[in-house]
Amino acid sequence: MVSALRIRQLTTKLIGPISFDVAAGECLALMGPSGAGKSLLLRAIVDLDPSSGNLSVGVGARNDMPASEWRRRVALVPAESGWWADHVRDHFPAKIDATQLIAKLGLAGSVEWDVGRLSSGERQRLALARALCRRPEALLLDEPTASLDEHATTLVEDLIRECCGDGMALLLVTHDRRQAERMAKRLLRINKGKIEQASESAP
Amino acid sequence: MNSYISLTYGDLLLASIFLVMNAVFSILLSLRLERQLIVSALRMITQLFLVGLVLKTIFTLSSLWLTLLVAAVMVAFAGREIWARQDRRLNGVWGIGLGGTSMLLAGTIVTVFALTTQIQPTPWWSPQFALPLFGMILGNTMTGVSLGLDTLHTALYRERVAIEARLLLGSTRWEAVSAAHQRAVRSGFTPIINSMAATGVVSLPGMMTGQILAGVDPQEAVKYQILITLLIGGATGLGVLAATFASVWRLTDKRERLRLDRLAAPRT
Repeated sequence: MVSALRIRQLTTKLIGPISFDVAAGECLALMGPSGAGKSLLLRAIVDLDPSSGNLSVGVGARNDMPASEWRRRVALVPAESGWWADHVRDHFPAKIDATQLIAKLGLAGSVEWDVGRLSSGERQRLALARALCRRPEALLLDEPTASLDEHATTLVEDLIRECCGDGMALLLVTHDRRQAERMAKRLLRINKGKIEQASESAP
Repeated sequence: MNSYISLTYGDLLLASIFLVMNAVFSILLSLRLERQLIVSALRMITQLFLVGLVLKTIFTLSSLWLTLLVAAVMVAFAGREIWARQDRRLNGVWGIGLGGTSMLLAGTIVTVFALTTQIQPTPWWSPQFALPLFGMILGNTMTGVSLGLDTLHTALYRERVAIEARLLLGSTRWEAVSAAHQRAVRSGFTPIINSMAATGVVSLPGMMTGQILAGVDPQEAVKYQILITLLIGGATGLGVLAATFASVWRLTDKRERLRLDRLAAPRT
């Protein structure tokens, strides 16, 4: 499973046109001021908002596959995670064992918990786990450590590195410069819906 | 059946005494309900007098086209009422069209069915039977459809993060909205289910009471009431299902997206 994410001329009402690649196994950081269109870009990539452009992951083009398949291959973990059932376990596929993954994020046993009792940091990590257990080829993360303490942040970053090691293409939105430096070799700056600057190595 | 007692206008005036009393209480207690109370009572009286006149004319003329015209006017008013009862509505022509169309569909199917197979007047569209029947079915379907759509639109908006979370994990639009849709259908069905369960024990239906007051044998009145209630229940269900499915279809798209941009902002 080695697939690059290719974005060409991605345009919505509010952003674009935007073109860039994320190589297989690469972590690309995306930064920009609040309201620059970072989250809108992620939503457009996974087809949650209508957009035009040519997108592909590996050899599969977005326009050639059903949206549900595209989203299984290109996963997004938004900044605000959504929960539709009372128990954590109901948000994980019955056939997949996510125990190990959840333990790596420091939440062993949390599958049995009620969603209502989760802290925002626990929600954020479990949302990452439920996206990862479906084994996407590309992963888009919107500030995945925003409500985490130092220890939990390290756990999440380690897991992200592991995913990249397995060949996953990763796009990381962050406000934290040092996190971008730690995680990514390349940085994309976005402002007012357009790419402002792309640097080869994170400054 | 000669026990029918005709009412005078004086009787009606006398009957309004308690309502006027309520208005006085409202003023004394600063409830600020007096205006609404009096206006809606006056509306009711005027509308009923007018409809009495209109119905008398239509029954005398007995024209198919006129009957259809009146039915169309009723649907238009009911459609507007559904539109007005929703906090968040579909944008543009869908806002009024979707509720109205589902109601028209359900009401027409059920009314025509009842007229042609059970009541069977001659001609089958005889306005004296068709219009009151259509009106009763429409009125109840309207309540169900507006409740269903209001619940659906509020739920889709409030639960958008959870719905999109499911879409992001590869669910189809129907899977993702199923919980909200089920709740909407249930809330649309609730009034008719409650009213059927309480009918005859807690409440005597207005139509049946009216017939009995007008001197009809209670057993005959009961048969009519059962027929009407069954038809109303059937039409409400069909209308609610049609409206909520159509609305989900409109508020999502083929690329499995939630399209809340097609929902208007709530009224302030």
